[in-house]
Amino acid sequence: MKLNGAQILVNSLKSEGVSHVFGYPGGAVLHIYDALNACEDIKHILVRHEQGATHGADGYARASGKCGVTLVTSGPGITNAVTGIATAHMDSIPMVVISGQVPSPLIGMDAFQEVDAVGITRSCVKHNFLIRDISEIAITVKKAFHIATTGRPGPVLIDIPKDITIAKMEVEEYPKTIEMRSYKSTIKASDHQIKKAAEMLATSKRPILYAGGGCIIGNASKELREFTHMTGFPITQTLMGLGTYPMTDNQSLGMLGMHGTYEANMAMHGSDCVVAIGSRFDDRITGNLEKFCPTAKFIHIDIDPSQISKNVIADIPIVGQTKQVLQALIDQMKNKKLADISNWWSQIEEWRKVDSLAYKKSPGVIKPQTVIEMLYEVTKGKAIVTSDVGQHQMWAAQYYLFDEPRQWINSGGLGTMGFGLPAAMGAKLAMPDRDVACVTGDGSIQMMLQELSTMLQYSTPVKIINLNNGYLGMVRQWQEFFYEKRYAMSYMEALPDFVKLAESYGHMGIRVEKEEDLKPALIEAFNQKEHTVFLDIVTDPSENVFPMIPAGGGHSDMLLAGRDEMVSKDETDFNAV
Amino acid sequence: MRHIISVILENEAGALSRVAGLFSARGFNIESLTVAATTDSTLSRMTIVSVGDDGIIEQIVKQLDKLIDVVKVVDLTATEHIERELLLAKISISSDTQADVEAKLDQFNAKIVDAAEEAYTVELAGKSQKIKDFLSAFNAEQIIEVSRTGVTGVTGVCQKI
Repeated sequence: MKLNGAQILVNSLKSEGVSHVFGYPGGAVLHIYDALNACEDIKHILVRHEQGATHGADGYARASGKCGVTLVTSGPGITNAVTGIATAHMDSIPMVVISGQVPSPLIGMDAFQEVDAVGITRSCVKHNFLIRDISEIAITVKKAFHIATTGRPGPVLIDIPKDITIAKMEVEEYPKTIEMRSYKSTIKASDHQIKKAAEMLATSKRPILYAGGGCIIGNASKELREFTHMTGFPITQTLMGLGTYPMTDNQSLGMLGMHGTYEANMAMHGSDCVVAIGSRFDDRITGNLEKFCPTAKFIHIDIDPSQISKNVIADIPIVGQTKQVLQALIDQMKNKKLADISNWWSQIEEWRKVDSLAYKKSPGVIKPQTVIEMLYEVTKGKAIVTSDVGQHQMWAAQYYLFDEPRQWINSGGLGTMGFGLPAAMGAKLAMPDRDVACVTGDGSIQMMLQELSTMLQYSTPVKIINLNNGYLGMVRQWQEFFYEKRYAMSYMEALPDFVKLAESYGHMGIRVEKEEDLKPALIEAFNQKEHTVFLDIVTDPSENVFPMIPAGGGHSDMLLAGRDEMVSKDETDFNAV
Repeated sequence: MRHIISVILENEAGALSRVAGLFSARGFNIESLTVAATTDSTLSRMTIVSVGDDGIIEQIVKQLDKLIDVVKVVDLTATEHIERELLLAKISISSDTQADVEAKLDQFNAKIVDAAEEAYTVELAGKSQKIKDFLSAFNAEQIIEVSRTGVTGVTGVCQKI
């Protein structure tokens, strides 16, 4: 039987078990849409902007662990998708993006809606392909899914010229497996290194586990929990790792880094052995590298060799999957006698007493921290929470105690405002039985508002928690600290009436101005199982995110809310981002 | 320190730009880069000369290895190796200078590949230092035009990458 390229492409997606495609049609992909329309197994989500398609597929992938799939047209279709592709790339999210291209003979002729998609996306994908012949379609799709989902995952783009989607060929069976001589996805960690690590850990007097997104992507939470309980070591998690270990557990010190807890950062600073597990010593974690963990040896576990000794030299590098390496470490340490770390825990408990997330309530205004605490209470800590980028993101990370992996979905690496709403939609499509909340701010939400329309079309009831302080809060906070309160362009004078806006999109809207109305509003919102509810919550515009490691500072230089003045104004502040 | 990095990669359209893009995106330095197909027409071999401390070179090798099209990466400098570069140069001659130019060509074992009354085109293969020494043997005004291939290299005769 002969099929055209579009049909072969759609059949290939079906063979990969794709259930949802987030996309937007256009000239170059019309044949593909025609084929997709005839396929009952794949649900297409028509977004309102291609960036929403990539974030939607991304949220879907993060919530479910499956590969997200996006379909966009040539030219502006793919350029609009780039922000979402880069977002997924920075956070190692498996995604396959299919972009239409102008017909092969027109490539390079500055044709209508032509753009060099492979060139534009090269630096923000794990790999990309330009298909040149119909016979390459199935094998390329196979390779793309293989590359996107194995090793350190990431987005893969397939650019497909329109003429190839209408050409016909005799159908061949979809390849079951794929061998690529230049890509090896399975890496067996060195037994020797694991033994060395186990020995170092057994004698460590001040150990700390520092777990990142690699534990979630690598589905290593079970092993991480077992390892942590078995050793009795304290554990801190990165912004990307939250939930991989229960934050309500006593061994958890919370998040570390720029806005991490006092106990987590001080424990890093005082540790003699830091075990990085699927984390990459990002600048938001380390602060000033010269002041970072001055007395520690480092064991670094990561699947990507290029992350090891990039920012911090590893004493014991272990290249491998977090899940397998942790299992091997559990086996190695089962019968080992560990050093007594009770003094270390006493010290950590002293740091904990500092209560670094304490904040002062003031009458008449709603504190943003209170909103997150109440959100936690009303959802019993069980919701999937997505966020945008800024102060609200940090408060959500600090005050919603995530106990499960894939519960917290945010753009940690690229820091993409606009991510939260489409990601929540994608997460709800992947996990229809879960409560999904999008914690956002009045700045971020306006970057992807149009997806409210998609959310009505596909009935994805999400609760939008808008911390409305009238400011681009994180920008304002930095301007207050480092620019002598010159608030350049961080105040939004003309905000829409978000309640009316939500209603105009067919959703419910509730405005909350008083703290006593907050809890009833949250309860009401989550009782509305069938509806997306937009909670526009007016919060204290002067609130800042604390604790904070000032730029140029180390983990022991933390500033605490109400206890330290932010006065640092040396030159390093201005070079930091 | 100067390193010679040998890369075996899929002979695919765009593979070169992936490598070049990696260097510019991460701020790595490229002194020279040469590339051509190997005896296996599906593979290319690229030789890159870069300068950096051990940490940077380690990152370059790891980042290259991460590229999906790259089959193998070897830092030749870390092992026994042979490096060569080819120079084509046009050198002006006159009745006064001809004998001197020819003596220098002999001294460096350079070959005349094209000759005219007022100039020779010569070829010279060797290590980069030899090429440099050769060029500095002439006055600036004697050298009309220079084209260098950049370094290519292989491991010692008994090793293969």
